[in-house]
Amino acid sequence: MFLWFHKLGSPPHFYRIAGKWIPWLTGIFLVLLVAGLYGGLIEAPPDYQQGESYRIIFVHVPSAWMSLFIYVVMAICGIVIIVWRMKLAEVVLISSAPIGASFTFLALVTGSLWGKPMWGTYWVWDARLTSELILLFLYLGVIGLHNAIEDKRVAARAVAILALVGVVNIPIIHYSVEWWHSLHQGPTVTKFDKPSIHWSMLLPLLLMALAFQVYYVLALFHKCRVELLQRERNSKWVEEL
Amino acid sequence: MSSRLSLLQAFVFLLRRDLLLAFRNRAEYAMPLLFFVLVITLFPLALGALPELLARIAPGIIWVAALLAAMLSLDSIFRSDFDDGSLEQILLSAHPVAILVLAKVSAHWLVTGLPLLIVAPLLAEMLGMPGQAQATLLLTILIGTPILSMVGAIGVALTVGLRKGGIILSLLVLPLYVPVLIFAASAIENAAMGFEVSAQIYMLLAFLLLSVSLSPWATAAALRMSAS
Repeated sequence: MFLWFHKLGSPPHFYRIAGKWIPWLTGIFLVLLVAGLYGGLIEAPPDYQQGESYRIIFVHVPSAWMSLFIYVVMAICGIVIIVWRMKLAEVVLISSAPIGASFTFLALVTGSLWGKPMWGTYWVWDARLTSELILLFLYLGVIGLHNAIEDKRVAARAVAILALVGVVNIPIIHYSVEWWHSLHQGPTVTKFDKPSIHWSMLLPLLLMALAFQVYYVLALFHKCRVELLQRERNSKWVEEL
Repeated sequence: MSSRLSLLQAFVFLLRRDLLLAFRNRAEYAMPLLFFVLVITLFPLALGALPELLARIAPGIIWVAALLAAMLSLDSIFRSDFDDGSLEQILLSAHPVAILVLAKVSAHWLVTGLPLLIVAPLLAEMLGMPGQAQATLLLTILIGTPILSMVGAIGVALTVGLRKGGIILSLLVLPLYVPVLIFAASAIENAAMGFEVSAQIYMLLAFLLLSVSLSPWATAAALRMSAS
């Protein structure tokens, strides 16, 4: 177990394994994506209140989930970096940040596109929108800090600390914003009255969530490989490639 | 310094040293305060001096200005110590760095956060904030500004080694200030309307306890990173 862990942590080994996995992951991702989109955009019936425009949730909800998930991944990498100084965790943390920021941005954009027909405006200071926006700032902070520090190993430690501080704060920020929102609640109706979602909508949603998850791993592997090559460009195993 | 100091002595020593340094550099530490007043002065000029409008937005303005002023002053917590090498001495000392960090941050709060208490009622009066809200304003400043210093210290510790740390610092720190802003401003607003404010005050106190107990550790870790 430890041997496996140790091996996975070595850059050349990871580089090879990731390279082998990438074609498979691409295939799985495409299958899931096509199935999810077909189920979501063609099979699933229109919503009786929102008509066709609810279909954006098949992109919106998975990307919002991913935006949180990736931050948690980054925080776990942060612990690994601080405790074990593992190089691979540094690479994973750094490579995750732009992907997470993109998912957050995607969630914001799709959310506001959905808001236009539903609420009549692209942006309301809804609790979830606001805390998603703050999450985007947290991601940008991580990316900015990493770019600002030249020594990449030091930068990784700085970013690890920041990710941990952020992960403690995210729930606090989220609930503060929710609380703030319930105080300032405007006239707009913002919440679905949770009708239990029909499986014909739930299934494509889960498929899309899975597809996004696989896409994250795929994009992560690509980025990690590039990052590893850049960092280890003077080492022997890179020259041998 | 050859005699061994106990932890408490070291804490007090560092606190006194920082306060003395601040006192000798009075002009530098007055800047954030001046900035605070200046920012608040801009709002009536930009929005028009309607008394009811100003009274309505006063809690928000004061707190946003306090946030910005706190952020401007943050850099001074560790900057000069980093430049002249005393930060490394602090990191090498036999005492837990987190406690020494707490001393430095406390000193910083005493010279930058506490003076806001004196100026804030004046500005509240100028903005026409109702009298019953002013006690709450002072209370939120008393509880809220140490949180700003505590959380900000983490950000400074992460960026102190950078030449252009300023802008990055605001990106790191301002999102983390959001909860304080929300609860402080809503407490004052409730007080102005004559409602109960204990919920918000308790939340702020909870944030204060959390930040005092956790942030020194993160700051210490970040300082070790920056000084390496």
